[in-house]
Amino acid sequence: MSKSLKKKLYRFVYGTQGTDSPLSRIVIYILLIAIGFLYVYPMLYMISSSLKSQSDIINPMVNWIPTKLYFGNYERAFKVLRYFPTLGKSLVITLIPALLQTMVTSVIGYGFAKFEFKFKKVWLVLVLLTFVIPVQVYMIPRYVMFFKFDLLESPWAIILPALLGQGVNSAIFVLIFYQFFRMIPYSINEAAEIDGAGPYYIFFKMGIPLAVPAFITSFLFGLVWYWNETYVTSLFLGSAYPNLQLRLANFVSEYSQMYTEELLRINEGVRLAATLLIILPMLIVYFTIQRWFVEGVEKTGITGE
Amino acid sequence: MKKMKMSRALRSNLIGYSFIGIWIIGFAIFMLYPFVSSLIYSMSKVTILGSGIDVQFHGFTNFKQIFEIEEGFTFIEALIDFLKEIVFQVPIIIVFSVLIAVLLNRNIKGRGFFRSIFFLPVIISSGPVINELITQGAGGANIFESYGFINIIENTLAPGLAEPIINLFSEIIIIFWFSGVQILIFLAGLQKVDRQIYEAATVDGAGPWESFWKITLPSLSSLVFVNIIYTIVLLATFSENKVIAQIRQNMFNINTGYGMASAMAWVYFIIVMILIGVVALIFLPKQRVAKEVKR
Repeated sequence: MSKSLKKKLYRFVYGTQGTDSPLSRIVIYILLIAIGFLYVYPMLYMISSSLKSQSDIINPMVNWIPTKLYFGNYERAFKVLRYFPTLGKSLVITLIPALLQTMVTSVIGYGFAKFEFKFKKVWLVLVLLTFVIPVQVYMIPRYVMFFKFDLLESPWAIILPALLGQGVNSAIFVLIFYQFFRMIPYSINEAAEIDGAGPYYIFFKMGIPLAVPAFITSFLFGLVWYWNETYVTSLFLGSAYPNLQLRLANFVSEYSQMYTEELLRINEGVRLAATLLIILPMLIVYFTIQRWFVEGVEKTGITGE
Repeated sequence: MKKMKMSRALRSNLIGYSFIGIWIIGFAIFMLYPFVSSLIYSMSKVTILGSGIDVQFHGFTNFKQIFEIEEGFTFIEALIDFLKEIVFQVPIIIVFSVLIAVLLNRNIKGRGFFRSIFFLPVIISSGPVINELITQGAGGANIFESYGFINIIENTLAPGLAEPIINLFSEIIIIFWFSGVQILIFLAGLQKVDRQIYEAATVDGAGPWESFWKITLPSLSSLVFVNIIYTIVLLATFSENKVIAQIRQNMFNINTGYGMASAMAWVYFIIVMILIGVVALIFLPKQRVAKEVKR
């Protein structure tokens, strides 16, 4: 073996100073692609199955690619889910709480970040605790409370806690804004104060514009978490106000009521078509503005000390 | 002069509370009051009347009954299963997300692409969706089966060892799917580590293996703590979790009702708190030491 070949081999395995060697790069890519495949496997499986007709599903020869694209599954899933009216309901209990929660938690986070007041630490600890306490502990009295005020089965049962900073994962958003506003130097506040600006003016004119990234990230996470929340939603809203997730949970029984013919019996194609229809709105949001999700976590300094 | 200062402190208090006041009101209405009522319910017989509810205090009867009635047994069983799952899954999720974060932190092509794939599950994993995926066989069992993976494990390992591993693989995708946020948090932490430290270590003769254990991992230790807590809370409140499903079912069960369901919720709450407490006991002292060393 010539010397230069040996050298090349050495570089291939160990790399030159400071960079990854080609070998380790290959290993990294193989790992990422293999795990990435595992990740998207359910999605691919879902897409493929939802486009298969009954005969394709039974046919063991048909693996990933259906013999012909079949949209009947989507058609029926669409009907059983009553898609557009239900989507409207879902949006009411997703968009509104997410938006309110973002606005309210920004105010709270700003208060914690910029002012000194008595018992501040106590309140901060309590904010953290609200994240850790499982919802099951306080959900029954909340249920009774909403029942007394006749708010069960109405979107208000979801919106009101969000409005007062007690929505789904609200504590995380308070912390995001707290961290974010703390990174803005005090000198900016002081300069504005010397110029005679009041604290609320400073918050609206300087705090909010500076925190746009935190607002977008918080809103998006709120959106996703509200969209995927089903435990409390189904308890408080029940079958009187079914959103898309609840319709999916009851899909099998609702389907068999709607389609009784033996020929159109429920199969995995229809069920996965329905599942795909449920996640579709969030997928669209994610793929159009996904950088705000992934970069948001870094930008908002949630990992700050 | 002294009066000026006093009023200034008061002003600062007032302004501070005017910002966080809305949280305190919300906390009182939607957390503190329900929290206390829940404790009272758990020690009472709660009956639902047409006009409202009737709460009669009867001490620890509900808690005792958890160990006596059928519904209680199923609850305890679910609780034990949940604990087993947590002890098993949390370390896997944490190790896995550190691994992915470290891989993504390398200077590679398509970083953004991979990052968005690993975060994708957070966007779509709701209870009903995951439930559908598992029942329709997209949860991962068949991927390993169809590529002969399961057979290999069954043939090579002892049955006692093979079974848990096979169970693990049948749910592996779901476990992976719970690690999206954690990966991003670790990744953000890794990007704060100064590259020069690694260069200095390489100059001193440290290999990538040593660099990982001596630089990367210590710099992530506080985030490991945060992520463990996050993962526990995530798994504890996931809507397909059997324990919380039990609690909800028992709310509307004639034999048990709100009182018993509240008692179960409190048992669950205390156990989750103990779990978190144990994690804190393990991690917090270490961090204090690490901070001292930094100084």
